[in-house]
Amino acid sequence: MTTRPALSRLARSAALFLRVMRANPLTLAGFVLVVLTLAAAFAVVAIPVITQLLGHPMSALPYDPNELDPQNRFASPSWAHLMGTDDVGHDIFSRVLAALPLDLFIGFAIAGFSLGLGAGLGLVAGFWDTPRTAGGVLSAVILRGTDVFLTFPTLVLALAIAASLGRGTLPSMLAVMATWWPFYVRLTRGEVLAIKQQPYVTAARVAGVSEARILVSHVLRNLLEPLVVYFTLDVGTVIVTYSTISFIGIGVPEGVPEWGNMINHYQPFFLTDPGMIGFVALAIFVTVLAFSLLGDGLRDVLDPRSRRALASATMNPSLAPKLASKPAGEQE
Amino acid sequence: MGRSLSSLALFISKRLLQLIPVIIAVVTITFFFARISVSNPCAAWEGARASKSSIQACIHYFGLNLPLYVQYERYWAQLLSGNWGIDPNSGQPVLPTILSAFPETLELVLAALFLIVVVGIPLGVIAANSNGRLGDHLVRIFYLSGWATPTYLAATVLAIGVGSTLGISSGTFTTNPPPFPQPTHFSVLDALLAGNLAATWDALVHLILPAVALAFLNMGIVTRLTRSAMLETLPLDFVKTARMKGLSEFRVLYKHALRHSLITTTTILGLTAGYLLGSTVVVEEIFQWPGIGAYAYTAVTTYSFSGTLGVVIFFAIGVVFANLIADILYGVLDPRVEWR
Repeated sequence: MTTRPALSRLARSAALFLRVMRANPLTLAGFVLVVLTLAAAFAVVAIPVITQLLGHPMSALPYDPNELDPQNRFASPSWAHLMGTDDVGHDIFSRVLAALPLDLFIGFAIAGFSLGLGAGLGLVAGFWDTPRTAGGVLSAVILRGTDVFLTFPTLVLALAIAASLGRGTLPSMLAVMATWWPFYVRLTRGEVLAIKQQPYVTAARVAGVSEARILVSHVLRNLLEPLVVYFTLDVGTVIVTYSTISFIGIGVPEGVPEWGNMINHYQPFFLTDPGMIGFVALAIFVTVLAFSLLGDGLRDVLDPRSRRALASATMNPSLAPKLASKPAGEQE
Repeated sequence: MGRSLSSLALFISKRLLQLIPVIIAVVTITFFFARISVSNPCAAWEGARASKSSIQACIHYFGLNLPLYVQYERYWAQLLSGNWGIDPNSGQPVLPTILSAFPETLELVLAALFLIVVVGIPLGVIAANSNGRLGDHLVRIFYLSGWATPTYLAATVLAIGVGSTLGISSGTFTTNPPPFPQPTHFSVLDALLAGNLAATWDALVHLILPAVALAFLNMGIVTRLTRSAMLETLPLDFVKTARMKGLSEFRVLYKHALRHSLITTTTILGLTAGYLLGSTVVVEEIFQWPGIGAYAYTAVTTYSFSGTLGVVIFFAIGVVFANLIADILYGVLDPRVEWR
């Protein structure tokens, strides 16, 4: 008997997945691209480890990304060097691939940290916000703090922190994390407040369901979808932002293959050899586009606001969200 | 409270009062970030080859040996008296440098916002109107492409690739500085004030590429939001009424439905202005645009702490004002909003 609910849950997830993918061919393209990037990143990291264990160390990359080949500088793309070589004879294809796991890791780590911290704070601020209670005070403190952090332009603050922490992968990641979490607080709190007003939560309260149960199986359960959507979109945004910091030259250490770093390095050769920047740019573009396509498509189907909008052609218009009627005073 | 001018004035002054705690918090956070993450800024200010005695003199001069709360108090006193420190690299005071560079940045941000509004919003309308069909997909690919193109990349391609091919130099004019006074530091306005039409055209040409680079990434947010707001608006009764009255499709979409949808978009435009302000750091550096973004880039990469802090505080104030303006516009667009 225990397998049947699990199976039906799996079937429901599969049905949901199919619905998402069928709703828009672009979402499917995004999904395929995300899977491919993740698989490629996994291969780059795992193949040397696995082959090492098997006794025949091999790399997933055609060349050592840091190997200098002074005889072979500025080579055009060929079968030997798929994306050509750069100013010191590095194989660009190997460097672009070598950067893939690092950039994806940075994207997931920063977005994941922000999701954990921001969603936690947002949940507290949204769920226990009754005025004149300890929770209400805490909620107000969290919100004011978040507002202040939202006031800093992310990039400028991250740059300032990264510059004062010194160059390095970890310090610059910390700098972006320090500026990234407030968005998740805002998002989560907004969603929690909306969920709390739903009739089913009131009904559960009236039926005597415990607060803890309401928190987990109603609020958290319904938070999941908007957070997953936002996270998917956010991974791409983080990769773009982090590569900007690397581009400026205060991110990953000099010489480490990372996309922003590489573009910064290849910039002087843009007119004579546009392919060098072009291939790196293509890597960023495809990766970020993949996550954006997937997240955007997911949002259309999963996000209650857009879902309502999509369905509202046949629905009662009065169900359309009342966001537009929110007066300016509530913005603060 | 209603929608009279006096209640608008009251609303604005209340919002300005709310700014005070935000600015206090911003300054406090930057102060402690600076003091905690950089234990001895003098070592950096004086350079790598500074002697021990000159570092000691610097520590003494800036009062870094004093208790933290005294330093905090001094920091405030300095900020309020308009002394935001001296940039250790240029030797220029920070605040006047920022203030004279600000109009250039504002000009760039406004130009980018203009592009976002005139291109991003109609694209959102088109996407919503062809929901799920080819037009929708094309618009989606366009704005997600913008999303996937880092601003520094767009700027590099436009500045080096397009700019130098078309013979457009970096900076605000072909000859810098231009042969007329720059009282406002808005390049286009200065040229107009000087009555120099050729220079005005020149300034506009120089403005377009950096503005496009700045706008490209953020356009998507506005398009996306306009699209979803329009999707919510189109099934509403008043849109059906407008259609039934026999109004042209253009009037229905852009006059009736869009005005309702814009209420959501306006709030985001305030946030977008904040993003744009931050993105000017790379765009201005690449286009050698003489604004605070380029100044921030130099300050950050040369470890000029007074410059960095000054820019961070100034940017934060800029974002707060952008949001205030968005809130006011929001009320202007939505007749149901009461100022309070």
